[in-house]
Amino acid sequence: MPRFAVGDVVRVRRAFPPGHVRTPYFTRGRSGIVDAIAGNYRNPEELAYGRYDAPTLPLYRVSFRQADLWPEYDGPAADTTIVDIYENWLEPAEEGQ
Amino acid sequence: MSGERRVHDMGGLAAGPLDREEPEHAAWEKRIDAIRALCAKRRLLRTDELRRNTEDLGPGVYDKLSYHERRCAAIANTLLQKNVFTVDALGRKMSEIERRWTTGEVP
Amino acid sequence: MAGPDTHSHDHGDHSHGHDHEHDHARTFQPDIEDKPFSHYQVMAEALGELLIDSGVITADELRQQLEWLDARSPADGAKLVARAWTDPGFKKQLLQDVNAAAESIGLSAGDIPIRAIENTPAVHNVVVCTLCSCYPRGLLGLPPDWYKSREYRSRTVREPRAVLAEFGTVIPKEVEVRVHDSTADLRYLVLPMQPKGSESMKADALEELVTRDCMIGVSLPRSPRA
Repeated sequence: MPRFAVGDVVRVRRAFPPGHVRTPYFTRGRSGIVDAIAGNYRNPEELAYGRYDAPTLPLYRVSFRQADLWPEYDGPAADTTIVDIYENWLEPAEEGQ
Repeated sequence: MSGERRVHDMGGLAAGPLDREEPEHAAWEKRIDAIRALCAKRRLLRTDELRRNTEDLGPGVYDKLSYHERRCAAIANTLLQKNVFTVDALGRKMSEIERRWTTGEVP
Repeated sequence: MAGPDTHSHDHGDHSHGHDHEHDHARTFQPDIEDKPFSHYQVMAEALGELLIDSGVITADELRQQLEWLDARSPADGAKLVARAWTDPGFKKQLLQDVNAAAESIGLSAGDIPIRAIENTPAVHNVVVCTLCSCYPRGLLGLPPDWYKSREYRSRTVREPRAVLAEFGTVIPKEVEVRVHDSTADLRYLVLPMQPKGSESMKADALEELVTRDCMIGVSLPRSPRA
């Protein structure tokens, strides 16, 4: 059962584990909106270390406003970046966070 | 936890203009692509393992090497980790090839 | 890089085992000044030979795989786009599930799930993989070097309009530029808008307008000839 729904405001955990992760540095600590739930997949953080039968978890497409990602972004306010992020990296965020 | 950006994780960094040249890839580079595909089919190489080994080349090496050089190194490391062949076997084979290519001898 | 690759014949073409007589001396002229081959070139050769020697793969398989890789192109992606432009039912299917839609017309998009992202008058999409070089290879073939470059991977999420401008693509301010960082199991194929003036064209003619770059999102499709 996915923890988040389309439209939820979520924050990417501000964590920096060593080793193989697929959550880009530029999203850490940032908030965005769940654009879509992409399905359940095995966590690449486990597959990369040989745990091929790792349990699956939900993968979300999270939409970030460019203005929220880059302080000096000079394009239109509507511009966004969508990143595919696994559930273990997301937590609920308050509006405006 | 404090935040160091890993060398491969480059989204958002400043960089120069794109070089849009598309040279034909060298035969050895195509060979690497083919080896990767075949090993993946044999389940000897998982995408995530290859990525991990590529990233673990670390700063300095990661940028110094080309895309295919990184791929070659990562494939070799993954296959070594899986004991598909030994370091000894790989080293001897590489020496043999260098010898062949330098002297023109046939094995 | 100087060396065997600058000659018309080089060792990388040969996926030979040791039962294959080959006179290197006649075809390979070493450079006296420096080694004409690189460490990774030697390693690539060694990997192939070790895998063949130990029976993991055969020389034939390697040759076939090389040929298959050489034959890959964006043609299949272009077919899907052109068909979507002419067939609203197919377009709906494509937006739902690219891999199934491809299979329904006899194409294989491969095992990795590919999602079609539609350009509209309100949104222009562009795809990048900041962490490595994920790309819908099943439909577009191998990615161009620039797609895998530090410059593209770093800048596209942060200044997409400037990156697009390097391709001569200028998206109006009223249109949202939406960057997709394909970090996970999904790959993305941009479904561009059909170019003005092409409305009466058939699908096979429309395929000519669908470039690789417009399916990545750095360009728009070609315009039809007047």
